[in-house]
This record gives sequence, structure tokens and C-alpha cells, in this order.
Amino acid sequence: MVKPVLLFGYGNLSRGDDALGPLLLEFLEDTVNPDKIEILTDFQLQIEHALDLENRELVLFIDASVSCAGAFDFALLEPARDKSYTTHAMSPAAVLDVYQSIKKQTPPPCFLLSIKGEKFELGEGLSANAQQHLAQACRFTGNLLNTPDSSAWRRQAKSLL
Amino acid sequence: MYEHLETAENRENLKRVVVDPVSRVEGHGKVTLLLDENNKVRQARLHIVEFRGFERFIQGRPYWELPVLVQRLCGICPVSHHLAAAKAIDQLVGVDPENLPVSADKLRRLLHFGQVLQSHALHFFHLSSPDLLFGFESDIAKRSIIAVLGEYPDIGLQGVKLRKYGQEVIRMISGKRVHGTGAIAGGMNKALTKAERDYLLEDIDQIITWSEGSVALIKKVHCSNLPYYDDFATIRSNYLGLIKPDGGLELYHGGLRAKKDNGEIIMDHIDYCQYNDYIHEEVRSWTYMKFPYLLSLGQENGWYRVGPLARVNNCDYIDTPLAEAARVEFKAHSEETMIHSTLAFHWARLIEALHCAESIKELLHDPDILGHDLVAQGDKRYEGVGVIEAPRGTLFHHYQVDENDIVTKANLIVSTTSNNMAMNESVRQVAAEYLSGRELTEPLLNNLEVAIRAYDPCLSCATHAVGKMPLQLELIDAEGKLVDKLVKHSDGQIERLDG
Repeated sequence: MVKPVLLFGYGNLSRGDDALGPLLLEFLEDTVNPDKIEILTDFQLQIEHALDLENRELVLFIDASVSCAGAFDFALLEPARDKSYTTHAMSPAAVLDVYQSIKKQTPPPCFLLSIKGEKFELGEGLSANAQQHLAQACRFTGNLLNTPDSSAWRRQAKSLL
Repeated sequence: MYEHLETAENRENLKRVVVDPVSRVEGHGKVTLLLDENNKVRQARLHIVEFRGFERFIQGRPYWELPVLVQRLCGICPVSHHLAAAKAIDQLVGVDPENLPVSADKLRRLLHFGQVLQSHALHFFHLSSPDLLFGFESDIAKRSIIAVLGEYPDIGLQGVKLRKYGQEVIRMISGKRVHGTGAIAGGMNKALTKAERDYLLEDIDQIITWSEGSVALIKKVHCSNLPYYDDFATIRSNYLGLIKPDGGLELYHGGLRAKKDNGEIIMDHIDYCQYNDYIHEEVRSWTYMKFPYLLSLGQENGWYRVGPLARVNNCDYIDTPLAEAARVEFKAHSEETMIHSTLAFHWARLIEALHCAESIKELLHDPDILGHDLVAQGDKRYEGVGVIEAPRGTLFHHYQVDENDIVTKANLIVSTTSNNMAMNESVRQVAAEYLSGRELTEPLLNNLEVAIRAYDPCLSCATHAVGKMPLQLELIDAEGKLVDKLVKHSDGQIERLDG
């Protein structure tokens, strides 16, 4: 049975701040309702992840990003055609686009939580700033999951614009 | 060959074109071209800069951490690093391949077939099929998996599902799609349950049918424009890979075989633990990547190719019927003993994907796959070598440990390093034969990328933030003035900037 809410963190645990997405889910794993919420992690997004969106009511992607204005950003995702064709990794918007192409239907409501990272070297741990950003993002996500409802999340995303 | 284009004479009089990364962290390819006054290419080089630091990442860690740790070197082939490391640390606990429990050996092979299947599916359907189906110089908006899904929905969907199936094989065996812990020193840590086996059996016939269809597709594409496909980026080379004792295709464990471009055997059934006696690595001043070569042929003539084309060229047969029939057809399309077409990497890759699908079915029906005798033990050793045929080619892991089981020395030869010279040669061939004298355009960029992409180099080790092939072309005249500049950003957008 597919669980209605999917939390999908992606990044490499051995690449410094790239670990932010999977680490956030590691911290939250014991606090979420396992009957309603599925947690998945991977190094990077790929085409087959579109199939993980099937029959979901709500999806949250969690990623490290260098371009956040603050500690983290939270936004509603829309399907978008990824212009890069040479990549081994896809954007979450492109995964939604693949879903739309395969299923011929609108994907479930999907949101992206981007946590600000700075250093991505092989073998590095989290940078000091990223640790602070992660703590803030954990609190934010914990609150978010208290109301796993797309309308509430949309309002939250708008309020952070 | 095109080695004369590696270093030009009178370089100060030439214009420089740099195809350079604009991404923010390591993991890039860069191409530099030097042009004369008639825009003829006089020098071409591919620089790959991501592999520094792998050995340092491993040294100082206890050996038993390695199968999990090394998976993080690569986001695309973590299982290959996982298994190469496991084979090396088997030796550290005194277990040679022939002493691995039968069920553990078969589970590892099943895991590996799942990995190669998903990686080959990703490479062909996602990364290469847009070029092959729409044309190398087609509208850039068309060159994506989304466009393939739009115009060839069945092919696109099969690519997605083949990849997904390979990931499911990995998940059933190692517990997770990535970061799994299937292989340990001396064996495996978890048996496959009957329910897991039956789950994988549900779809395997469909997977074999789709894999067979993909071979038919690439054959049609290749043969529909045979002279072009046989010439583009094509070079003559030696080939290296693992081989079964009887000469059959082998992806998991065997001896090393190398053949010359005319098919003559250079070495055969060599114990890979002695690889240092046969393969050396040359350092060149202009790149961080080493250039491996076969010692017996020397630096100049000893470079070789690895990967699907090398494996299918080197083997005498494939032990699954559909893939063997496809191999025979593949070899018959050329009058030569060895196939040298660089674009034939794609064809060979899909023959291997079919072989993986057939082998998965065979292993799932093997009673040993459900066995619970999974770990062997032996006496501690201080050195271990693990070699495996990763999707992109032969992968070497070599470790030394101290009395506290801490890794003191590590050496990795990844397949992209083995193909370094060959990729440089292919880039030079394309530069000389297809780009020379042409105006700087995005399709020009794509011709270079098509050549590099045929090898499927792992430029992406290993964050999702990199692994794109962001490129920047600058045309600079003899006085150093910027004449033209074209940037392809990491999100794929192309921007022309005036010089």
C-alpha cells in the first residue's frame, strides 16, 4: 500500500553539505507517522523517481542548495522541462515533468525544501553554517508535518516568498 | 590516429578554444582546441578533473567500512564500487573468490546484473537516445528524455521501467536502492527471501522483451546510417577486460584479457591481483587524469579501451542465448575482426543489458539464490585487490592495511581513467574531421559531447549538484582577443556572449 505522503531527500552523505537532504530525514525519521509517511533517499534524482510519485497525496523533496536567500527555502514545485540532456541528475521539476509525460496526468502536489549549503568536497563533513541551517530546517519541517495538507503547505510557501 | 593533435607546434600563433566547465564544484570535463588562421584544429585535449582525492578518502579508515564508504564515490555506479571493494576486502580476511559461499557469490552476481542493467538503461535511454533518435545537431529542445517520451512514448517508458527494475533488484538484495549493505568481507549479510525472489520474477519476462527490443532499436539506428556511425569519433585501439576461463563474457569475476586492434591476444587469463605487473599509469603535465597503458606495448602503443565495446569485442561468446545471438549479429555488421566504431559502444551496451536481464532470470530460478550460507572466513592478510567490470569498464580497487585493520594505502583505477586516452583520441577525431573550419555553434558543442558521451564517462562522481556537462567555448585570436563566446549553463541553457 502506497503511503500518502512522501519525503524524498537527495544528496551524498560524503560530500559535505550535499548531505543536508538525507540528514534532515535521518533526524526526522523517528518522529513521523510511519503509517502515513514514507521516507526515501538517493544520491540524486533520476527518471525512475517519477514512478515514486504515483498515488501520493503530498510530496516533499529536500535538497542542499547554494542559492537560498536564508537558511532554507520552501516552494511549490511545478513540472518543468529540464533543458539539460547531458546530466546524470535531474531537477525535481523535471521529475514532475517526466511523471506528467508517463502518466498523462498532473502530478500530486509537490514541494521543495532547499537548505543552504556551502561546501561540497569529497570526505568533508557538514560545514558549521550548514549545521545551523539544518537545525532550522528540521524545526520548520517538523511543524510542516503537523499539518500534512497541500493547502496549508501552499500558504506556507506563499508566506515565505 | 590523431595523437599528432595532442600537442601542436608553434602554439603561440594559434587561436585557443576552451570548452570549460562553469559549474561550482569538481567533477567536470573540459576540452581545449587550438586553431590555426584557417580555423583548422591543430591541437585538441580532453581534461577530466574529478578523481583527485579518492585514495585520500579511503586511507585511514578501517577496511570493513569500505564497501559502504566507497559507494559514495559515485552516484551512478555505487554498487560497482561496493562490489569491487568487497572483493578486495574478501582477501583481507583470507577469502579468495573460489572460497566464497556459492549463495553469496550468486547474490553478488545478481546484485551486479541489476546494477549494470539500470546503469546501461539510464545511459542509453536518458542520456543518449535523444541524440540518436533526433540527430546530433537537432534542435536542442528536442534533445531530452522528455522529448523522447513525447515522440516515442513506448521507448521512453521502457527506459524508465528498465532502470526502475534494475534498482529494484538492488533494493531487494541490499535493503536500499543506494547506501545498501549487501556485501561484506567474506560474503553477504542478508539472504534473499522467497517473497523477494518472487517479486522480482513477476516482471522479468517483460524486462527481457524490452531489452531485446532496445537491441533491435540501436541496431536499426546504427545500420540506417552505417558509414557515419562507423566513422564518427572512431579510433583503432587495444581492448581490456575480464573474461571467463573459457573465453565467455564476464562482468563479475575472471582473468584479464587484452586484445590488439586486429584481434590478436596481448595477454589472457591474467590474475588481476598482479595487475601492477601488466598495467602502468603515465602522468602528463596538462591533466590530473593518469593515462594507463599495457606495459608490454609501452606508453605510446599500450593504451586501451574498456567498457561494453571492449567486453563484447574481447569475449568469444556470451552465455545467454538472446545476447549471444545479438553479439553474433553485432560482429557480423562489420568486416573487421574487432569493432572500432565509438558509437558502437551504444550497441554493445544494449547487448550487455539484454545479457543482464537474461542472467537475472536465470539466477532467480537458481535454488542457490535463496541459500543462507553466506559468509566464509580465513586468515588475515595485509593486501587485497578487487576487480570488477563496472558498467563503464574495468574497475580496480587495491588496498593495503596495517595490523589494526586501518587502510594505509589505496589505489583505484576507474574505467574513465582507463578510457582517458581513447576519449582524447575520439575528441581529436571529431575535432579534426567534423569541426575543423566550422563556425562556433551549439551543435558543434554537441558533436564533442556525443563523442565523449558514447564512453559514458563518469564525470559525475558523486554529488547530484555536479555531473552535468556544463561547457563554455571561447574563441580567442592569436593576439589573445576574445572573438566569440558560447556558454552552455549547467541547467542546459545556451547563451551567446559577444567577444
